[in-house]
Amino acid sequence: MAETIIFQSLPSRPAPTQTEGLVPWAKANLFANWQSTLTTLVVGALLLYFIPQFVNWAILTATTVPNAEACRTPGVGACWGVITEKYRLIIFGRYPLEVQWRPLVATLLLLALLVASCTRAFWNKWLLVLWVVIIGTFFTLMYGNVLGLTKVTTDRWGGLPLTIMLSSLSMVMAFPLAIAVALGRRSKLPAIRTFCTIYVELIRGVPLISVLFMASFMFPLFMPQGVTIDVMIRVLAGLTLFAAAYMAEVVRGGLQAMPKGQAEAAASLGLSYWQTQGRIILPQALAMVVPSIVNNFIGLFKDTSLVGIVSLYELTGSLGLALNGDADWRPYKLEGYVFITLIYFSFCFAMSRYSLWIEKQVNKSKLR
Amino acid sequence: MSTTPARATASTKDIIVFDKVNKWYGNSFHVLRDINLNVKQGERIVVCGPSGSGKSTLIRCINRLEEHQEGHLWVDGTELTDDVKAIDKIRKEVGMVFQQFNLFPHLTVLENLTLSPMYVGKVPKKEAEEKAMMQLKRVRIAEQAGKYPLQLSGGQQQRVAIARALCLTPKIMLFDEPTSALDPEMIKEVLDVMVAMADQGITMICVTHEMGFAKAVADRVIFMDQGQIVEQNNPHDFFNNPQTDRSKDFLSKILGH
Repeated sequence: MAETIIFQSLPSRPAPTQTEGLVPWAKANLFANWQSTLTTLVVGALLLYFIPQFVNWAILTATTVPNAEACRTPGVGACWGVITEKYRLIIFGRYPLEVQWRPLVATLLLLALLVASCTRAFWNKWLLVLWVVIIGTFFTLMYGNVLGLTKVTTDRWGGLPLTIMLSSLSMVMAFPLAIAVALGRRSKLPAIRTFCTIYVELIRGVPLISVLFMASFMFPLFMPQGVTIDVMIRVLAGLTLFAAAYMAEVVRGGLQAMPKGQAEAAASLGLSYWQTQGRIILPQALAMVVPSIVNNFIGLFKDTSLVGIVSLYELTGSLGLALNGDADWRPYKLEGYVFITLIYFSFCFAMSRYSLWIEKQVNKSKLR
Repeated sequence: MSTTPARATASTKDIIVFDKVNKWYGNSFHVLRDINLNVKQGERIVVCGPSGSGKSTLIRCINRLEEHQEGHLWVDGTELTDDVKAIDKIRKEVGMVFQQFNLFPHLTVLENLTLSPMYVGKVPKKEAEEKAMMQLKRVRIAEQAGKYPLQLSGGQQQRVAIARALCLTPKIMLFDEPTSALDPEMIKEVLDVMVAMADQGITMICVTHEMGFAKAVADRVIFMDQGQIVEQNNPHDFFNNPQTDRSKDFLSKILGH
């Protein structure tokens, strides 16, 4: 009988081609073949042409003096003076100038709340209490009429505080509603399923502008005489219903993607419908659709600019408000738009970065 | 599997009774046809048969993952109907192990095991964890308690799934092709755990084609085809002296290579 051969494993060796470092990276990503090289050169040339021009306009020849005369001097580039002059109007809209500390404090509190809500250390039941307290404080500060604060009606609220409040509140309300509707569309009960389907199809079938328009002008017609609901509430409801319909479909997509075995295993362990959804299905389904949900949130944040249709002047609206009526500064709207673009961008970019972090958190269990 | 474990003898009490059970998928696919079957407490049954013969559907009716449309089905004295309370009661007494393991990938191994005891059984967390660790030791995988399921091999995952089902202290264990999704090298580790379990007096119904397991453990082999129970016998007689042409043909196919 032949002797048994002892198996010996080979030691692992480093990969033959270097993939890390600047030169290998550029070789792989910028100059891999002639098409890639050509694209790199064309894009590089365009950047070389446009970037200096933009820098020249935005920085080198720009002026920051809040003086329209100075801006009209030939050869002067961007007129940032318009921001220095009008920033309070752009950021706070028509809110009375002398009490603008109130929206400032209210918005900072709201932002702090949003940051806290995104931080793992705050994820416990006290966060809910914190939400109630801060939202209460927000509206008290904004509306006033108590504690010696003068009353400021909602039609005078505006600018960034309005953008942030409308988008964050409608996001927070739309999310659970979307989950409920998504579960409803998969319900075994035909009445619930039909109702949820009609809701989603109806809302998705019309533009946000008409939803806001209806919430603002048509809804009051159906109310009993003498009963009025503040336009702010109606707009919030409109935004929430609109966002929830889209988000519900995203959530439903996640639910559909769940293997049937998960619900079966949960059922075989005796878990109830709600326990199964809450502890097994939703945590996994939502983790799958984090990018799409954040997509919806970012869209919603920018969609708030449409509330201008019902005469609420959020950030975009109050830019128009600040410049349209002022013949001196009206020509410098471009600079104004660059300014609010930066504001919008920083919020949206923060949301997109946060979504990447969340994705990393929820995918931890998939790492080997 | 050459060793025959010391067997706890099955009692005379019927724990599962199928009485003329019929089931259809859709309007035309008659998947279970006039199933009559009595399972005694502590009995170990292996169900085999070609694919599409209704084996899985049969055992999935026992914990109501599938509903039967005609006939009666009793599990531990309770009849399975639309009554949610009855279903809940039965599911607490019936554990199930699936072909695809179906562990919850977003929970750790330990959390997979404590979930049902904590939220269905209302057992305090510490107690549930202690019991879970005990079950993990039984399937020889306690050192993996903190890992996530996808970090384990298929055989390890299936052993965790068995431990999870055992955490409910079920009277009945259902196995739906527990080794069919495993690499050959891992089948043995799962079968060993199942053989060890067979000594403990728990009622086992196992859909499998592992005939070695059937010979070593089963009190009875049930052969199904086209939604019917074609033949049932003790393993020795079933394998050595099958009674019907259908079972002879089946056995020649699975044992003949």
